[in-house]
Amino acid sequence: MVVVIVEYRIDRRSGVPAFQQIVQQTKQALRLGVLVPGDRLPTAKDVAETSAVNPNTTLKAYRELEREGLVEPRPGQGTFVRRTLGRVDAGTDSPLYGELVTWMSKAAGAGLEQEDVAALVASAMEQQYAAGTKAATGPAGATGATGAMGAAGATGFTTTRSTGE
Amino acid sequence: MSDGMYAGEPALEAYGLGMRYRRGWALKDCSFRLPTGRICGLVGPNGAGKTTLLSIAAHVLEPTQGSVSLFGETPGSAESGRRTAFLAQEKPLFRRFTVAETLRLGRELNPGWDQRAAEDIVRAGNVPFDAKISTLSGGQRTRVALALAFGKRPDLLLLDEPMSDLDPVVRHEIMGTLLAEAAEHGTTVLMSTHVLAELENVCDYLVVVSGGGVRLAGDVDELMSVHTLVTGAKEGDGPPAALGQHTLVESRTSGRQFTALVRPQGPVTGPWETDSPTMEELLLAYLRSPEAPPLITPTAQVQGQGLDGSFGTGAVAA
Repeated sequence: MVVVIVEYRIDRRSGVPAFQQIVQQTKQALRLGVLVPGDRLPTAKDVAETSAVNPNTTLKAYRELEREGLVEPRPGQGTFVRRTLGRVDAGTDSPLYGELVTWMSKAAGAGLEQEDVAALVASAMEQQYAAGTKAATGPAGATGATGAMGAAGATGFTTTRSTGE
Repeated sequence: MSDGMYAGEPALEAYGLGMRYRRGWALKDCSFRLPTGRICGLVGPNGAGKTTLLSIAAHVLEPTQGSVSLFGETPGSAESGRRTAFLAQEKPLFRRFTVAETLRLGRELNPGWDQRAAEDIVRAGNVPFDAKISTLSGGQRTRVALALAFGKRPDLLLLDEPMSDLDPVVRHEIMGTLLAEAAEHGTTVLMSTHVLAELENVCDYLVVVSGGGVRLAGDVDELMSVHTLVTGAKEGDGPPAALGQHTLVESRTSGRQFTALVRPQGPVTGPWETDSPTMEELLLAYLRSPEAPPLITPTAQVQGQGLDGSFGTGAVAA
């Protein structure tokens, strides 16, 4: 019997769908080195038992991770980690952070309140990441990044967060 | 969760099911389809006919109108009786039997009995096998009843308010056991409840009955994706007229604000905030508005149903 390495923590109040929480937590474990190639992810049955999550939800998350090439199912054995995720340069000393600070002071200068800024960031983030583009997940994520910067730059500044597409 | 995964006959189909008691109709024109392999929540207010529906499927009651089919067979046939297990709300067990004797009864009565599965469920809750049923706590009794149901190795498990008398910790634990067992054996589960929070992340299929009929039925993902929650400044007394092109499920106003749950027929554009509803918001909206047009998604429709276009074409694309 293989040891279960990670346990998912599903927050029912967060508003984030459970399958997305599983995807995010798996990626986080890959980034932190908690999960390494060859490790087996908990089975849908394990997750159901510990977190009371529908097994189909877990399978959906694993299919998503498989689509991104991070894990692979082995028939009759389970789902295994294929590759790790590089640590992204996301600290407060990174150039990206510097650009964000500059942008924030511009936003404050233009009279935007905290909530306006949060709405803008959420809207731009949705534009960028909702469509499934895997831009900026480190060097390995270079595929599919084409045109991503353009899309982010073209985000219309609107306070309406639209999900009706 | 494409249909390919669940190809084959549905676990349960209800055709125009109706039940009349002396005080009136408890269930009327109830039609829906439950594909195999799903964990389905059966939701509705008290007296909406949830127990009646489950009892008809379990062949405890005969319907006044319509029919139910379980894996293509009628309830009460040898085949459907073998493949179906029903756990009533009161969890009827012989109080003077011990846990071990209760499992033995299950073994003697059911040809395909899985003693190990049943024992594992009992053991997972540290319930002593030599304890009398009458001495067990509510949670332990539910666990033994669940062990009895799963020991039968049913393909369809009908549960009437299984968690109603349990504390949150035991509820979470038993729900975990239930989902794990269902995952291992591919059991279809139809589970009634009126605790909406219990369903989030647990169910992948929903059937809402209210006012005697089916209000909402289908895959959770699909049901969620075709609804949008809209908030904004109200115009006049109700929601803005521009929302009229969409199917309105429920709208409420407070002060100058309105909140509406709609099924968009095209993009929702306007000076409003739009968001996806949570499962609880979706269910509450339907339960509060019995006049809202019902929504039965194509996977949940039985033959001949949905010809009136009750499932908007604009929504299917979402």
